[in-house]
Amino acid sequence: MADVPRAAKLRTDGLNVHYGDFHALKNVTAVIGERRLTALIGPSGCGKSTFLRVFNRMNDRVAGCRVEGIVELDGQPLYRRGVDIEALRRQVGMVFQRPNPFPLSIFENVVFGPRIHALAAGAELEAVAERCLGAVGLWDDLKDRLDDSALTITPEQMQRLCIARAIAVEPDVLLMDEPCSSLDPIATLRIESLMRELSHRYTILVVTHNMQQAARISDDTGFLLLGELVELGPTATVFTRPRDRRTEDYVTGGFG
Amino acid sequence: MRLPDKVVERALLLLALSSVAVLASIAFFIVREGAPLIYRVGLSNFFSTDWHPTAGRFGILFMLVGSLAVTVGALALGVPLGISCAIVLGEMAPPRARRILKPAIEILAGIPSVVYGFMGIVVVLPWIREHLGGPGASGLAAAVILGIMILPTIIAISLDALEAVPMSYRDGSLAMGATEWQTVRRVVLPAARSGIVAAVILGTGRAVGETMAVVMVAGNAVQLPHSPLDPLRTLTANLALEMGYATGDHRAALFATGIVLFLIVLSLNGAAGLARRRRRPRPRPRRTASVAGVPASERIPPSPVSDP
Ligand SMILES: Nc1ncnc2c1ncn2[C@@H]1O[C@H](COP(=O)(O)OP(=O)(O)OP(=O)(O)O)[C@@H](O)[C@H]1O
Ligand SMILES: [Mg+2]
Repeated sequence: MADVPRAAKLRTDGLNVHYGDFHALKNVTAVIGERRLTALIGPSGCGKSTFLRVFNRMNDRVAGCRVEGIVELDGQPLYRRGVDIEALRRQVGMVFQRPNPFPLSIFENVVFGPRIHALAAGAELEAVAERCLGAVGLWDDLKDRLDDSALTITPEQMQRLCIARAIAVEPDVLLMDEPCSSLDPIATLRIESLMRELSHRYTILVVTHNMQQAARISDDTGFLLLGELVELGPTATVFTRPRDRRTEDYVTGGFG
Repeated sequence: MRLPDKVVERALLLLALSSVAVLASIAFFIVREGAPLIYRVGLSNFFSTDWHPTAGRFGILFMLVGSLAVTVGALALGVPLGISCAIVLGEMAPPRARRILKPAIEILAGIPSVVYGFMGIVVVLPWIREHLGGPGASGLAAAVILGIMILPTIIAISLDALEAVPMSYRDGSLAMGATEWQTVRRVVLPAARSGIVAAVILGTGRAVGETMAVVMVAGNAVQLPHSPLDPLRTLTANLALEMGYATGDHRAALFATGIVLFLIVLSLNGAAGLARRRRRPRPRPRRTASVAGVPASERIPPSPVSDP
């Protein structure tokens, strides 16, 4: 690709993903720049979520799913025998489409990762909770309710909590699968600005159905169509001077 | 087609009401037969250790202790085993194994209790006699048999509770880098806790109420058991053994025992109901692990986000 950013955090080459007989990703070659916010757009069912889950190997959980080709994080292959999947998922966090806080207290949600990876204990956990809830703008609202169930807060707060939970293990990469699609427009805008903030520290790959959102927040944009990565480049280029006719049709169609 | 619907509705309502009526009349009958005796001999005599029906002394304490001991023993065996089975079946076994084993466990629940008692006589009693000593027929034997008998209840209800835990919790935990076991222990079990508590309580009710198998293996001596190897008699066994020939106050005392059992089982079921209602995880579609199925979470169209 012409406009590939210098430092590659994630890279795929000739990536193919099958669900049984269904060819979900076709020969995808992509470079995701470090500490950039990359948006993935494309019509429903084109393979955006599948592409995202390649990088934390969550597709491994889907029966009948096969991943072939080169997939690298920091130049290291992810689909080689002996890869420590737990360590990988610590490095590559994920935020889901529907906020999915655990039915535990707010505090236990945030410190879940540090606990299971034995990164912190005792009073350090309190510090982790304050730092991470602070980073997602929840500390002031929730600091007196840390022991309440995480199921008692608003959907926006839940999604922020899930982001706090993901960054509590200090990952390098955040995968976000339509993180705003179950939120109202105001909450959406606020989560977007949070994502922008976080993109200074993390490599973020975000799936969105919403092209305006991609245009607003991302550094780079990738367009997937029927399992093919049609185009991936700086957002301004993709939206104003796309190299591929199909991208142009999709982008202008979406705006019009 | 409106009228037949209405008719069916009425008929079903009538049937439902009649089963409630039957239950209520059973309760009423037991209380009418038994309560006057408790009132006459007084609570302290009724809960004393002195059971001599021929002499007009009706203390049920030894039998109450017997029921309690056997139930605790059955739980000590059945709860850890049952919950472990549910976890293995629900969280670890491949779906194919679950499809075969789950019905098998439900069949286990349908085996008549006399068969369990028979197995107890043939297998458990001789084993205890040979390896642990004592007469064989004992509280321990009853606890072992009951512990096995409550397994289907505990496994089936715990499994339902585990299956009701939304797949998104497991995904969230695994995506954080938790292992399967950490996910089960730290996320799935807490989410399923109320259902598992209900399973244990219903299993307890089953253990308290079981009669035939216990009569066959417990030895049935009216005494305070000093060791698990001593024979003992439970409340239910006492009813079954003496009801055949009891008359007058003796018969009334057995009905009074029935009241006690009724209250125990009723409050256990009530507690199970409460446990199930509290903190139930919000029902969400569970992602089907089937090969062909698209994950349920992916099938839901994204809610439209109107653009500002
Ligand atoms: N577990 C699965 N088994 C079979 N096919 C699947 C499975 N998961 C996804 N697919 C198929 O793979 C294709 C890509 O799915 P994916 O979820 O990646 O799409 P998407 O771009 O994220 O769609 P959406 O915008 O609706 O979220 C779809 O056609 C889908 O039907
Ligand atoms: Mg998707």
